[in-house]
Amino acid sequence: MDLDLMIKVTPFFVEAAWVTVQISVLSLVLGLAMGALGAWARLGRSRPLRVLGGAYVSLFRGTPCLIQLFVLYFGGPQVGINLDPFTAGVIGLGVNIGAYMTESIRGAILAVERGQTEAARSLGLSRGQAMRRIVLPQAARLMIRPLGVNSVALIKGSALVSTISVVELTYTAQRFIGSTYKPFEMFAIAAVLYMAIIYGAIRCVQWLDARHAID
Amino acid sequence: MGLDFSVVPEYAHFLWIGVVWTTVLTVSAALLAFFGGILFAMIVLYAPRLLAWPTRFFVWLFMGTPLLLQLYLIYFGLSQVGIDVPALVAGIVGLGLHFAVYNADVIRAGIVAVDPGQNEGARSLGLSRAQSFRYVIIPQAVRSVTPPLGNNLIALLKDSALVSVLGVAELVHASQLAISETYRPFEFYITAAALYYLLNLLLEAGLRAVERKVEATR
Repeated sequence: MDLDLMIKVTPFFVEAAWVTVQISVLSLVLGLAMGALGAWARLGRSRPLRVLGGAYVSLFRGTPCLIQLFVLYFGGPQVGINLDPFTAGVIGLGVNIGAYMTESIRGAILAVERGQTEAARSLGLSRGQAMRRIVLPQAARLMIRPLGVNSVALIKGSALVSTISVVELTYTAQRFIGSTYKPFEMFAIAAVLYMAIIYGAIRCVQWLDARHAID
Repeated sequence: MGLDFSVVPEYAHFLWIGVVWTTVLTVSAALLAFFGGILFAMIVLYAPRLLAWPTRFFVWLFMGTPLLLQLYLIYFGLSQVGIDVPALVAGIVGLGLHFAVYNADVIRAGIVAVDPGQNEGARSLGLSRAQSFRYVIIPQAVRSVTPPLGNNLIALLKDSALVSVLGVAELVHASQLAISETYRPFEFYITAAALYYLLNLLLEAGLRAVERKVEATR
């Protein structure tokens, strides 16, 4: 272990970790929005929207996220989409995790007992009211954990944006491995920082989960 | 520059090589991940602490860090300790270990989830510890771990794309080679995505057949 070197490079890693946090948070927000939209489309009454939602989930879960990033970042200019690496990374990761989140949200909504909707409807609530006032508040509790799992996967998946030259944690680690030939040391620093970020995310999920527990 | 997919068929042999290497990578890494997963799960559950704790730490470490980072560690780490392996081997080991860790977690949970009464019942009927494990615990655990192991395999196929960063000529890297000659990233990456989608469909169909078979033995 070359401790002097590790201490010397750590500030670069900390700065890169902050970029990883930013990318993760921004793509999480986009992913949640896409997930909500996707679940709404998949559960709705309009057939074209259901098909569209199904195609979104199937295509984005059926192909590697890396390829999706490459199509957007390297292929985008051919169809008039010019994005800087950071923006392309956020959009690519967010739209990808959104497909997984669609299924998490849809699963939670479907897990709410049918009788709840039926009772609400028979009491005179409209479809929309029954969904908003009766089903969603119950589903929200059920989706915290699966969405938490998606979010942790997203943080680890954010390493992919290093391939489109976003200077985040994995990019920095790879650069320093290449220049110092100390793979174990560089891995150790990056691993500690990833663990810290993931630990923070898990604590947030646990806090939300406890706050919305049924009893 | 408009889109022109007519260049893609000219480079079909690049993509074919890519599909072949993606398949080789996925199958080899999946075998390593399967047997490694069983081994790690057994160690974590039954080995003495001296062996179980370091394994548990390794599982924890590999579950908490990105695959891409692990690939760099293994590729450059092996050569630092004097083992110069081709990128393909590093890719198989990296992918295999990463998913062995996830499989170990699934298998461990599957074994723990079998009601302890099953083991106690088997032991009180005169089966040895090993017999109870082999004939009572395992058959029940197999049913509950098959679907999540299948999901890990699907994730492995998609994550095999990351090995392109080491320069293995799998589907992504093969597409990059075609792009470097044609400057048509959109067309080739979309084609590669379509091929991954097809491979994924095939794999899912295969897994469904396996799951049906496992279910039928109930």
